[in-house]
Amino acid sequence: MKKNWPLWEVFVRSKNGLEHRHFGSLHAADAEMALENARDVYTRRNEGVSIWVVESKNITASNPENNGELFEPAQNKIYRHPTFYDLPDEVKHM
Amino acid sequence: MKQDLYTYILGIADNNLILGQRLGELCGHGPSLETDIACTNISLDLLGQVRSYYQYAAQLNERLTSEDQIAFMRTEREYLNVLLVEQPNTNFAYTIARQFLYDIFHKLFIQNLQNSTDQTLVAIANKAIKEVSYHQRFSSDWIVRLGDGTDESHEKIQTAIDDLWTYTNELFQLTPNDEQMIKAGKGVNTALFKDTYYAQINSILNEATLATPQSKWFQKGGKEGIHTEHMGYILSDLQYMQRTYPNMEW
Amino acid sequence: MNDPQQAIREKQFEAKIARDEKIEPKDWMPEKYRQTHIRQISQHAHSEVVGMLPEGNWITRAPTLRRKVALLAKVQDEAGHGLYLYAACETLGVSRDELYEQLHSGKAKYSSIFNYPTITWADIGAIGWLVDGAAIINQVPLCNTSYGPYARAMIRVCKEESFHQRQGYEIMMKLANGTPEQKAMAQDALNRWWWPSLMMFGPTDAESVHTEQSMKWKLKRKSNDELRQQFIDQTVPQAELIGLTIPDPDLKWNEARQSYDFGPIDWDEFWQVVKGHGPCNKERMNARVSAWKEGEWVRDAAMCYAEKKAAKKEVV
Repeated sequence: MKKNWPLWEVFVRSKNGLEHRHFGSLHAADAEMALENARDVYTRRNEGVSIWVVESKNITASNPENNGELFEPAQNKIYRHPTFYDLPDEVKHM
Repeated sequence: MKQDLYTYILGIADNNLILGQRLGELCGHGPSLETDIACTNISLDLLGQVRSYYQYAAQLNERLTSEDQIAFMRTEREYLNVLLVEQPNTNFAYTIARQFLYDIFHKLFIQNLQNSTDQTLVAIANKAIKEVSYHQRFSSDWIVRLGDGTDESHEKIQTAIDDLWTYTNELFQLTPNDEQMIKAGKGVNTALFKDTYYAQINSILNEATLATPQSKWFQKGGKEGIHTEHMGYILSDLQYMQRTYPNMEW
Repeated sequence: MNDPQQAIREKQFEAKIARDEKIEPKDWMPEKYRQTHIRQISQHAHSEVVGMLPEGNWITRAPTLRRKVALLAKVQDEAGHGLYLYAACETLGVSRDELYEQLHSGKAKYSSIFNYPTITWADIGAIGWLVDGAAIINQVPLCNTSYGPYARAMIRVCKEESFHQRQGYEIMMKLANGTPEQKAMAQDALNRWWWPSLMMFGPTDAESVHTEQSMKWKLKRKSNDELRQQFIDQTVPQAELIGLTIPDPDLKWNEARQSYDFGPIDWDEFWQVVKGHGPCNKERMNARVSAWKEGEWVRDAAMCYAEKKAAKKEVV
């Protein structure tokens, strides 16, 4: 037969209160196995309290070729940042 | 009484030692890196439990007074593990079948050990239960995958289950020491969950489209120290260093 | 290279790396960059996985339970590291199966050190202390390399690896402080592993082919000879501390250089092992190939089951 186990991406929440972060990838035949493998591979040292796995082919990624139009327009919208606004020195925290 | 408890603990822990040793043989030779890592995790869990048991047992014995003396310095007849766990890794089907037939028992056993009147055993059981539950999930999942996978895998896992079936009944054999410890409230009465064991096995095998063996011919002996021919070889590896270089620290 | 646009792209690419920006999988990269990375990362992954074998050889015979679990955990980590690195390599568009194929056919290389046999328990100590020590020196700079997935894998590897070397040194220390028989065992292991460990840093700078390009891409931050010297300077005092003797009569502290001078390395031996004629090249490869072959029906079964299950879900 010779069909290879697909690739999965693993996201781990290291403790409650934190978001799931991308930890790495692995191979597994199905979602259950991917979860079990993720547990064995990526949380051997107590690194997590929750795991997400998603088959890599299901991730849609932006194309870096389009980075200019996607991300550069945000660079000159400096009025979205607090430092854009002048305040008198007396107002220390706002 | 001390000596009886000591013997009883060995009867539990030796299973883990020999199974952990068998799984250790596979490290680096698994069917995929992921599976290799998973099997090693199980081995590490089992050996971790072994250390807790032996450390406790070492306090109860006069001759063997450390975990390592207990693990390495006994003769073959003094090891009390069941025959099932010493069976070889003939192929991955045998490894999984052996694990599965043991894990189902092990989890039921540990659940019951949590009610022991011996607080040290309860503490060990409380920690082990989570590990053992995971083992059972892992091996059951693989039984189903192999059983309901390809024709080849179906045949291989069925053969392994059939071959190892003869060693299941011994898990429930009660030695005079077992009886005594049950009476004392420390030991686990395995007779109480024998039916549950076979029912659980049957249910997973069904799901895996596998046949539950009907044979009623069973092997025993391990619990009294009479082992299969494999055991001597396991011990010659296990004990190699301690026997060749006695009385040294490592 | 006559496409002017290509030339501009390459220039921009090199400038990006020079600015210490990372390259990520979907970014444009020169074909040579991709190929070099596939070669180096996979070679690294293969080394982890083949490296499991010489140490795995002692799991069933470890002298105490504490040593047994530590060794198991260490060899397991190596499987994990192989896995991280294969995954990093896969982001470059090559599958793990293809990489295995390259290893099994002998096309891909792995670290030669793993072609030496582990014949006593002290070898497990020597490997942890010397081989992992050398590996760490090679690997730490890679946490900063230009290819993002490789750098991230290396950060994880280095973090986990920190116990490996300690584990090895502790074994050696215990032996060196033990009975005369144990001390002799430790010294014998050091004698056998010292020179192969020095060879792990690769040929001398004068003979090394890839260095300049690798420096530019931050696949390498220091030259082979610099790293080798660093290893020697770091390891000699550790040997002295536990009363073991480095098997090099020419080894001498050089006050002016503030470094140790050392004797000539037997490069003939190095090339013999690299070319496949070391003591265990055949055994190592056979072990990998047979694990993979014997696992095929298992991997197939799991896939077949997953597909059946997915089909059932669709029907429902």
